Amino acid sequence: MAQITLKGVGKTYAGGVQAVSDVNLDVIDREFVVLVGPSGCGKSTLLRMVAGLEEISQGEIAIGPRVVNRLEPAERDIAMVFQNYALYPHMSVRENMAYGLKNRKTPKSEIEARVAQAARMLELGPYLDRKPRALSGGQRQRVAMGRAIVRQPAAFLFDEPLSNLDAKLRVSMRGEIRKLQRRLGTTSLYVTHDQLEAMTLADRLVVLNGGQIEQVGSPLEVYHAPASTFVAAFIGAPAMNLLDAYIEGGRVKLEGHDMGLVALPDGPITLGIRAEDLSIGTQGLPVTLDYVEELGANRIVHCFAGGQRLALIQPPEAPLSEHMTLRARPQALHLFDTTRGARLVAPATRIPEPVA
Amino acid sequence: MTHTPLPITESPLSFASRLARWWRGGDAQPAKRVQFDRPLTPWVFLLPQLAVVVIFFYWPSVQAVTSSFYIEDPFGFGSTFVGLENYTEVLSNNEYRSTAGFTLFFGIVVTALSLGFGLLLAVKADKVIRGASAYKTVLISVYAIAPPVAALIGMMLFDMHIGPFTELAALFGYDLKVGVNYRDTVFALITIAVWKQIPYNFIFFLSGLQSVPVSVREAALIDARSGWRRFVDVTLPLLAPTAFFLLIINVTYALFDTFGIIDVIVKDKPANNPITLVYKVYLDGFKGNDIGSSSAQSVILMVLVTVLTVVQFRYLERRVHYG
Repeated sequence: MAQITLKGVGKTYAGGVQAVSDVNLDVIDREFVVLVGPSGCGKSTLLRMVAGLEEISQGEIAIGPRVVNRLEPAERDIAMVFQNYALYPHMSVRENMAYGLKNRKTPKSEIEARVAQAARMLELGPYLDRKPRALSGGQRQRVAMGRAIVRQPAAFLFDEPLSNLDAKLRVSMRGEIRKLQRRLGTTSLYVTHDQLEAMTLADRLVVLNGGQIEQVGSPLEVYHAPASTFVAAFIGAPAMNLLDAYIEGGRVKLEGHDMGLVALPDGPITLGIRAEDLSIGTQGLPVTLDYVEELGANRIVHCFAGGQRLALIQPPEAPLSEHMTLRARPQALHLFDTTRGARLVAPATRIPEPVA
Repeated sequence: MTHTPLPITESPLSFASRLARWWRGGDAQPAKRVQFDRPLTPWVFLLPQLAVVVIFFYWPSVQAVTSSFYIEDPFGFGSTFVGLENYTEVLSNNEYRSTAGFTLFFGIVVTALSLGFGLLLAVKADKVIRGASAYKTVLISVYAIAPPVAALIGMMLFDMHIGPFTELAALFGYDLKVGVNYRDTVFALITIAVWKQIPYNFIFFLSGLQSVPVSVREAALIDARSGWRRFVDVTLPLLAPTAFFLLIINVTYALFDTFGIIDVIVKDKPANNPITLVYKVYLDGFKGNDIGSSSAQSVILMVLVTVLTVVQFRYLERRVHYG
């Protein structure tokens, strides 16, 4: 168990491409931190730098008390779970799990005990003598997890471990990874491009964009107070409505309609409203209906406010009409700088406490 | 059971019209004949290849087997049936046995060295990042040289009077006499044969290495600190299918395809030079005009090759993991 510290970490590839720049992050002991962002945002590069598979161009990475910049991957006391499992095809499940321990001169009896324990935990007992090719995708994923668990490393690194699984299996494995990490209490760094996976797994989320950290925070903090329009659009489904608005005399005006009071100087702003924060009322922002997406439990209603597209979530029984008026609580308005995209005022809403 | 009437279209047709129909492919059932509507067409396409196989393989094989039971007059005037005498004579001949011994030694050494060097160069070239294609081209280009040409180049390098290798050996006080000294000739033969075969093995090992998934290598990087352990435990087993294929190819090369090299090196040299069994077949048959003995030797070789191939596939392949 250990904490992972990243100080001013950057990665410059040959040819001058800056994949990651100036990342500062402390993953505290036993914490589950998820790096999330669109493809090409540098999240995998960052993880691979922690693993030692990618050289660190700038800054310093420490795992526990040791700076690991110059250490081989095998010396860093980490275990990694790869996207395509990366099992050794010529070794049985047992040998796959034992290989890392064998190379660390762990006594035979100890190896056997740990493999047996991991197999019990992951329900791999009946498959220990099979080769990976005789296993299903989900089972291979478990073996990859088992290989990490038996090592009892200071930290787990996950590189999109669920993206090769089908949707149903992904959801159940997601739950298992979360429970396993809680139970073992091993510091974990997890990379995904799936915001839902990130939200459900993380103690803390790190949203990356263009090789830089956009926001660090608990899933609910990030959801309820996105630090920028990028985070606002990336986290949450459907994406937060981001609309061009302006401030006039201390009031937010959207398409000429007064949305509420703010203490900000006059000028253009980007107004963000989550789809679930909009409701249909007798008066408010006039919109015209575009189309409806039925999700069963609720429906996503797409509308036009003037020329701007927005979406709201409605219960399936709510009546809809061609022309409606929408309202939002003043606390649900997120204001962003139009040019930089940065959040302008602290949220008035109280962020709900996470359930432990 | 009810009586099913036979299709009446069959009987009234004359032989000629049936033949014509067969030729037109009229009887063809659409499900079975998808590609060709005339039955002879596929055979016409196969003919050139079949002709090559029959003329250059089956016919000579049958000839060899037949003539191995005869003693032929050196001038081709007649032949006498002698049964297995050619075989017993060959197998009890000391010279034949020593040639077989050398062939075995030569085969093992050439196969081992060319596989070993090929693998070593492939592993090293795989790690090169800058100028990788230049290295690879230089290493592979040797493969484009035909065996006799390789032998000619080798012979110039090993020449007793002007060869740079001879001069190099002289520098260390050794008098290298390729073509005269048995051991020196063996050394030269092996060197040239190995040199010629390395690029071939290199190409296959390199492509084999590049087909090892990157993530598996990375997983090994995390699991094992020692590069040698990673190579032995992970890379080598995944290269096994390639290595098995190359083993067969290399044994065949060492035993048979080195003919050209041996011919160039020993042709106009004094006697008592190392030769392989294949070269002896040629020597006895075409230089010694002893067709019977030569045929018997080639039949023995045929049997050996068959056994070797069966053994290789039956016992070696089982232990090879195919991912």
